[in-house]
Amino acid sequence: MAAEAHTIDALGQFKLTTALGPLGASVNFTQSNLMMVISGLLILGLMVLGARPQAVVPGRLQALAEMAYEGIRKMCIDQIGDEGKAFFPFVFTLFMFVLIGNLLGLLPFSFTYTSHIAVTLTLALTVIVLVTVVALRIHGLHFFSYFFPPGAPVLLAPIIVPVEIISYLSRPVSLSIRLFANMVAGHVMFEVFASFILMMAASQALGSFGVIGAVGPMALNVALMGFELLVAFLQAYVFAILTCIYLHDAVHLH
Amino acid sequence: MDETKGGGGSFEDRLETARKKQGLDAVGGPKKSGPMDKSLGIGLRVGVELVSALVVAVAIGWWLDGWLHTRPFLLILFVLLGGAAGIANIWRLVKPKG
Repeated sequence: MAAEAHTIDALGQFKLTTALGPLGASVNFTQSNLMMVISGLLILGLMVLGARPQAVVPGRLQALAEMAYEGIRKMCIDQIGDEGKAFFPFVFTLFMFVLIGNLLGLLPFSFTYTSHIAVTLTLALTVIVLVTVVALRIHGLHFFSYFFPPGAPVLLAPIIVPVEIISYLSRPVSLSIRLFANMVAGHVMFEVFASFILMMAASQALGSFGVIGAVGPMALNVALMGFELLVAFLQAYVFAILTCIYLHDAVHLH
Repeated sequence: MDETKGGGGSFEDRLETARKKQGLDAVGGPKKSGPMDKSLGIGLRVGVELVSALVVAVAIGWWLDGWLHTRPFLLILFVLLGGAAGIANIWRLVKPKG
């Protein structure tokens, strides 16, 4: 380990390998898939076990489940309006899946499935297809007036319409890149500082001073963990609230 | 029941006055998220909004060019449109609500 410590392999952690032994290998079941299944079970467990006591004064688990449920439900109704109740299950599922994925990735020997653009783009495309279908269903062909705001001069239509269409199509891209880039950046920083610890501690030139110096990057990684916890929550929140904003546009147009 | 105690009226009214007395209801409506929380969220969004519009525009321009054999003119046109769309995205993000 010490001999190889002179290189920083920051991106190796995102490599997919198969999980669950030969059975998983034969169907290409990756560690990413495994983490998704685990997060699904965790969410299910949290909601089922959290809802079971039905105490007036909730315990820790029930309080957590209620906080997540009521927080997202309030966000849906605040952002979308009364119609938001219909979309609450969808937004809640998205939020919890992204949040638990981000948080699970912070555990040692774990894997962050939200650090793969294939995963985040799939989630974002699901959102955008749903938004478009909802808008078409509610407003019919009137939906296409979304690309030309009322009151704009007709002469400018050749510029405004393409710009609005590009802006609309950029939503899934920005939604997926934001989550994916934040997760990758955080985990790359962890890896880089962790490599610094090994490099300093193993350095021949620094000798025992290196071990003392290694405390620096170690402290940075501790602080970074706190920051990454914030980012994990914030990115899941941003993903959910943007979904709500897009749904609001779909329901109300403009 | 003693109706005069606690302001009287229906159960809802009495509950409300009791809650007010205990300071259970936040004054002035539900608490908004702090400015730090909000600006951090916007700060994380701005850069990506600008770039993603450009990415989409370049992809469309490149694809249309290949289809219509007009390389590179539509690509140039769509880079300009994409920049405009990126600015429009950011304006929508930061414009005053009204």
